[in-house]
Amino acid sequence: MSAPLTSLDRPNSYIGRSVPRPNAKRLLAGRGRYVSDLRLPRMLYAAFLRSPHAHAKIISIDAGRASALEGVHLVATGADLAKICSPWTGTLDHFKGMISAPQLPLPLDRVVWAGQAVVAVVAESRAIAEDALELIEIDYEDLPIVADIDSAREGGGPLINPGSANNVCFRSQLDNGSVDDAFAHAAHVVEEELSFGRHTAVTLEPRAIVSDYDPSAEMLTVHHATQTPYQFQDLYSRHFGIPEARVRVIATDIGGSFGMKLHVYHEDMAVVGLSILLGRPVKYVADRIESFVSDIHARDHRVRARMALDAKGEILAMDVLDLTAIGAFSTYPRTSVVEGNQVIRLIGAPYRFKNYHATLEVLFQNKVQTSQYRAVGHPIACAVTERLVDMAAAKLGLDPFAIRAQNVIADDAYPQTSPTGYRFEALSHQACLKRLHEMMDYDGLRAEQAELRKGGIYRGIGIAAFVEITNPSPAFYGVGGARISSQDGAIISLTPSGEVRCLISVTEQGQGTEAIISQIVADQLGLAQEHVKVITGDTEVTPHGGATWACRGAGIGGETALQATRALRRNILEIAALILQEQQSALDIIDGEVVDAGTRNQRMPISEIARIAYFRSDTLPPGTQAQLTVSHHFAPQGYPFAFTNGIQGCSLEVDVETGFIKMLKHFIVEDCGRVINPMLVDEQLRGGIVQGLGAALFEECRYSETGQLVNGSLADYLVPMPMEMPDIVIAHVETPTADTELGAKGCGEAGTAAASACVLNAVNDALTPFDATINSIPITPTKILKALKRF
Amino acid sequence: MSGFDRSLLDDADETVRVRFTVNGRKVACEVAPRETLVDCLRNALELTGTHAGCEMGACGACLVQLDGQAVHACLMFAVQADGARIDTIEGLTESGVIADLQAEFHRRNALQCGFCTPGMLVNAHELLSQVTRPSRKDIRDALSGNYCRCTGYEAIVDAIDAVAKARSESGGVT
Ligand code: FES
Ligand code: FES
Repeated sequence: MSAPLTSLDRPNSYIGRSVPRPNAKRLLAGRGRYVSDLRLPRMLYAAFLRSPHAHAKIISIDAGRASALEGVHLVATGADLAKICSPWTGTLDHFKGMISAPQLPLPLDRVVWAGQAVVAVVAESRAIAEDALELIEIDYEDLPIVADIDSAREGGGPLINPGSANNVCFRSQLDNGSVDDAFAHAAHVVEEELSFGRHTAVTLEPRAIVSDYDPSAEMLTVHHATQTPYQFQDLYSRHFGIPEARVRVIATDIGGSFGMKLHVYHEDMAVVGLSILLGRPVKYVADRIESFVSDIHARDHRVRARMALDAKGEILAMDVLDLTAIGAFSTYPRTSVVEGNQVIRLIGAPYRFKNYHATLEVLFQNKVQTSQYRAVGHPIACAVTERLVDMAAAKLGLDPFAIRAQNVIADDAYPQTSPTGYRFEALSHQACLKRLHEMMDYDGLRAEQAELRKGGIYRGIGIAAFVEITNPSPAFYGVGGARISSQDGAIISLTPSGEVRCLISVTEQGQGTEAIISQIVADQLGLAQEHVKVITGDTEVTPHGGATWACRGAGIGGETALQATRALRRNILEIAALILQEQQSALDIIDGEVVDAGTRNQRMPISEIARIAYFRSDTLPPGTQAQLTVSHHFAPQGYPFAFTNGIQGCSLEVDVETGFIKMLKHFIVEDCGRVINPMLVDEQLRGGIVQGLGAALFEECRYSETGQLVNGSLADYLVPMPMEMPDIVIAHVETPTADTELGAKGCGEAGTAAASACVLNAVNDALTPFDATINSIPITPTKILKALKRF
Repeated sequence: MSGFDRSLLDDADETVRVRFTVNGRKVACEVAPRETLVDCLRNALELTGTHAGCEMGACGACLVQLDGQAVHACLMFAVQADGARIDTIEGLTESGVIADLQAEFHRRNALQCGFCTPGMLVNAHELLSQVTRPSRKDIRDALSGNYCRCTGYEAIVDAIDAVAKARSESGGVT
């Protein structure tokens, strides 16, 4: 299935072309401008003393010697910052009954995880600030620790929030159809408990912020390595009581983000406060160890799930319990329950069944918060569903492709509503399944697997179908009371020399936002891409919008650019028609020239229109006011989300002596609607898959019983490196959304969504001859050897 | 690593004067003995193209050339580099020696956020100066100390592979 041809498919269209990113050359020359590179006049440096305890009372803080150290400008505690910063609470109204304690930049009297920042020092250099930290003495009194899901649920166990009845942050249930009945009458039931370790984003550039408060202008400027500058403009304004128009957040180049850099961090709020207290720029860059203990983590779920099927292998029902432990607080402003909420709502998404029951329980524990990180909830929902589907296939003697072909929602059956309440406009599971089967030469792989097994080589083949949430509407956060925009804005101008500047609210983290926006503008205006300059990431300059989260840059930002450009084009042609004494409809713009729409004969360059409009408006008919700058906003309407889908496959080899897994090849067929730049989409998919493979095979934040992170460095926390990663084969199916002209949906999380599920199924497939199963992510050599009873 | 005097490390507070040739220019700077080379390059010399991702030799973001060899600038004190010739991404760019690698990375989009990229380029440059036609596996192995969180590595491997091919077809290492 490919998209119907529209005006976007003209022969010279930029839409659908793999053009390189114009802004990447700077980065290749080492001329990136990351916040960690920034140095401002009179800038000072912050460092934080962190709690060595996972849960303790702060009895006293003695910072006298630190304050006296030469070069130290300020030592601040929780009480100092609480005077200028109002507390925040990480709950949303639409999560009924959700609780979380108020938070401040630094704690007043209690620490709740090991690594929590307790005291801030500001000094003339980071080294001096760190020297001063060593001179601070804090007296703690240990409190009992809640270190995992089980201890959090224990009745009568320690409580994290004094005054609360238990450690439950949020509970939720979904119930649709007649689940009990379906299970009672099912021919087959499969059941499994799956666990998913904590992991974290590990952006190569750690979190970085330079806050610059100028008391003379009463103006706060924050250079912030974030995906969402407008959200932070709003938060800094409200929590520090500075009018919004006097808060400017600038997000320049960012060394990776993946959802991790859109949460409120205690240190960041502290740094803003410190710069207000000092009236000087203050810089803070987390070092790698600090990143591990203070960046949000993700996942940490334990899911018990069962699936009922009829005798022919038709899925009848699913019943799920998801337990997840998040940390001592829920993050702000997006909360820490969104992941669990998406787990229970995405489970079973590719399939046709109608009976569904799910319980979600979100628990507090004494660890750093978990929250939204790339593919929020998706890898868990996908792994749970796809593992059960494979187990069912094995039970029924069906091939994994066959059981999926039998159960996926048919491509011609849309629109559909899932039993969890999601509304699907149009997905393409059947087409994707078929394509993957051919692309991976499935039958050939199976034959090879059988042959190799005879020689004691154990290969596994896994597949996993997925649904991804993209283009979120206000139904995501707005309904819950969060001031997180789902619309985007663009200001687009024809410059006096006939070029185009587009200021847009979506931001760039290297995924190619600026490239695709310039492609869309160039395409819609009829101009070469090199004449389009895209500007992002500065709240003083670019209009308010959602920026980058949850896969919305192309789908929402792209549509905003498209509509803005069409408006500018109309305005240009209006002036052209006046100058040329023509009907506006008889004119078009091609390659920077106004032409006759019918004959394509050139009439005049758009630079000439700009010249006349800006410098010789006296030659235009009286009453004409040329509008060569257009501002335009676009908010998604129609479906609350533009769901996408796809399927991944992989082939791997398990060494049953050592437990090591070698990834041989990975495949993905993905449908993100209209593809604007195939090369960039493919890189998003590959990058996402590699992050997913990291989670599947290596990544886990490991804690001791006392709540200490024991592998908080890049030597101990394993991330996927080049020699371990396979080549990845990609194919596309295109089902554009009809909710926008552009038809684009997101693709940034598709890779991560199904990679774990795919590997889990492949490893279990490889272990079939041994009657050994794996039900836990990451799949480490130790777990394999344990499953094989060799360890 | 010539001319390093261990007694320089004795007094942690006193700065010492070190001299190197950085990107073809002789420079001197005052550094504290505890200051790493990556901090000295980024702060005192304002060569911010060299990045710090882990400060423990694991990620490769800080790779520079020291006397013609790729080294981790986070694992060396600035004083240890006294007297050395150092080439960073800025110098390698200006001299044009990695222009083909940069062009191929650009053409294939072998980078996203770009934070790992200078280190990747330094390492790729070193690999290609040692092995004329590395296999894809050789390339993946050579990059095994360079972490990239954004890309799937494949485009990076493709780009290096293409440059190796082009260089060997045009008559050897340039
Ligand atoms: S910063 Fe030197 S290897 Fe990571
Ligand atoms: S491009 Fe971001 S870390 Fe490699």
